[in-house]
Amino acid sequence: MLTSAVKARVSGLGFWYGNVRALHGLDMEIRDRKVTALIGPSGCGKSTFLRCFNRMHDLTPHTRYEGSIRLYPDDIDLVAKAVDPIEVRMRIGMVFQKPNPFPKSIFENVAYGLRVRGARSRALIEEQVEKALRDAALWDEVKDRLHGPGLSLSGGQQQRLCIARALATDPEMLLFDEPTSALDPIATARIEELITALRERVTVLIVTHNMQQAARVSDFTAFMYLGELVEFDATSKLFTNPGRKATEDYITGRYG
Amino acid sequence: MLAASGGVVRRKRFDRLFVVLGMLVLIAALAVLLALFTDLVRQGAARLNPDFLTSFASRRPAQAGILAAWVGTSLIMLVTACVAVPVGVAAAIHLEEYAPKNWLTAIIEINVTNLAGVPSIIYGLLALGLFVYEFGLGQSILAAGLTLALLILPIVIVATREALRAVPRTIREAAYALGATRWEVTAHHVLPYSMGGVLTGMIIGLSRAIGETAPIITIGALSFIAFLPTPPFTGEFPFLSFAWLGDPFTAMPIQMFNWVSRPDPAFRVNAAAAGAILLGMTLLMNGLAIWLRHRLRKTFQW
Ligand SMILES: Nc1ncnc2c1ncn2[C@@H]1O[C@H](COP(=O)(O)OP(=O)(O)OP(=O)(O)O)[C@@H](O)[C@H]1O
Ligand SMILES: [Mg+2]
Repeated sequence: MLTSAVKARVSGLGFWYGNVRALHGLDMEIRDRKVTALIGPSGCGKSTFLRCFNRMHDLTPHTRYEGSIRLYPDDIDLVAKAVDPIEVRMRIGMVFQKPNPFPKSIFENVAYGLRVRGARSRALIEEQVEKALRDAALWDEVKDRLHGPGLSLSGGQQQRLCIARALATDPEMLLFDEPTSALDPIATARIEELITALRERVTVLIVTHNMQQAARVSDFTAFMYLGELVEFDATSKLFTNPGRKATEDYITGRYG
Repeated sequence: MLAASGGVVRRKRFDRLFVVLGMLVLIAALAVLLALFTDLVRQGAARLNPDFLTSFASRRPAQAGILAAWVGTSLIMLVTACVAVPVGVAAAIHLEEYAPKNWLTAIIEINVTNLAGVPSIIYGLLALGLFVYEFGLGQSILAAGLTLALLILPIVIVATREALRAVPRTIREAAYALGATRWEVTAHHVLPYSMGGVLTGMIIGLSRAIGETAPIITIGALSFIAFLPTPPFTGEFPFLSFAWLGDPFTAMPIQMFNWVSRPDPAFRVNAAAAGAILLGMTLLMNGLAIWLRHRLRKTFQW
C-alpha cells in the first residue's frame, strides 16, 4: 500500500526570511497520490516548508530558497529561479488556514482558476464547477444558490468552497495549511473525509497541529523541529514506533 | 445575574460622557453648516429660479445668471475627473502593489502626502507657467481641468492606497495560489473590492476642486463671459467634438467672487444664490459618495 511513485523529491531545502534562516537542509520524498502530514511545534517551519511548494514566498521580498524540490514525472525544480512561480501555482493548489473565498458568487469562486487559465466556454466552465463542487462534497448544499455570495456560507462550507476552488483546475498536488483549525469538530470531520477521498487523484501535503488528524488522514508523516526535519516515516510506523526521542516526546504530548 | 459592581459603573460613565460629547460636537458642526446654507438660500431666494441657471452674466443684477459659470464648472470637473482618477488610481496601484519597498518608494510616498498640503495658489502658479505658457494651452478649460487634477491627485492617490490596503492579504494569497499574475490579482480582485474607497476618494477630491478659486483665477479664468463653450456633440460625423477644451471659461466660485466684489448690493443676492447652488452641488456629490460606498460595502464584506 505504501509503495507508490515519487511525486516530489526535496533535497537540501533551506529557506531564508532576510537574514533569518527558517529551514535547514530538508530531505524527503513526497509519494504520488498519498497524503503526507507535516507536524511539529508552533514556529518550527511547517508553513514555511509548505509554501515553498507553490512558491508563495516569492510574494515576500528578501526571501531566498536553497536546495531543490524536484517535481516528477517531468523533473522540474519547483524552487529554481528559472521556473516561473505562476507555472508552479498552475499545477499545485493551496487551501489556507482560514477560509478565504473571494467576495464573489459561489460559482465565480470555483470558476476563477479556470478563467485565469483562459477557459471561455460557458458550458465547459459550468461542467467543471459542478464537478469540483461535487468532489468537495458541497454541491448538494449550494446547487440552488450558485450565484449567491460565497461569503454567505458557514465556515465549514466556505472551507469546502476553497477546496472546490483549488480542485477545479485539476492540480497535481494540493497543499493544506491547517485547513480545519478554524472549524468545529463536525466540519473538521467532513474535511478529513474529503482529504481521504482526494488521495485517489491528487498528492496531498497537509500541515496540522492535531496529532489525531495526522494519524487519521495521512499515509506519511514528517516531524519537524526548529526548521529541521527530525523524522519522516509511514504514519503507522511514526505514531506507534517513532525512531527518535524528540518525535516520541512530541506525539505523546510532552512538548509545550 | 451579575450585579454591576461600582467599578464598572464608574468606568462606563466615560462611555456615556464620550457619547454625549461627540453628539454635541457633531450637532454644533451640522448646525453651522445648516445655518450657512439656509442663510444663503434666504438671501438668494429672489434669484433662485430657472432663469438664473439659463442666463449669462449681466450688468443688471436682476437679469444676471450663472449659465456660463455652471457649464464651465461642470466641464472643468469632467476634465479633472478624467485626468485625476486614472492617473491617481494608477499611481496608487503602482505604489501599493508593484513598487519595491525601498528608499525611493518611501521618498515618493512622503512627497505624495506632502503635496496634499501645498497651498492651491502654488498649483495655480505652476499651472500658469507649465500648462498655459509652456504647453501653450492658453487660458482654457483644459488648462483649468489639468490644474485642478494636479491639485486633487494626492487626495485620490492617498484614498485609493488606503482602499487597496484594506483588502486582506488572505484574499490576494487565494488569487495568487490559483496561478493569477500580479496584474490579474489587482484587476480582478484588489481594485474591484476597493472600488468603494476609490470612488469616495474621487468624490472628496472633486468636491475640493469644485470650490477652488485661487488656482483658476491665477491661470486666467474670465469673470465675465456671455457665451458657452463649443458644444461637445455635433450633428455630423464623428458627433463628438473636443473644441470646448480650448475655450475660455468661467466657473462658479469665480462668478461669486466677482459678484461679491461689486459695489451694487443687489449683486450680493446673486452671489448668495450662486453660493447656495455651489454648496448644493458639493453636498450632492458627497451624498453620492456615501451612497456608493454603502452599496459597495454591501457587496464586498469580509
Ligand atoms: N515573514 C517572516 N519574516 C521573518 N520570519 C518569519 C516570517 N514568517 C515566519 N517566520 C519565522 O519562521 C519560522 C517558521 O515559521 P512558520 O510560520 O513556518 O511556522 P509554523 O511551523 O507554521 O508555525 P505554526 O504552527 O504556529 O503555524 C518562525 O520562527 C517564524 O518566526
Ligand atoms: Mg503555520
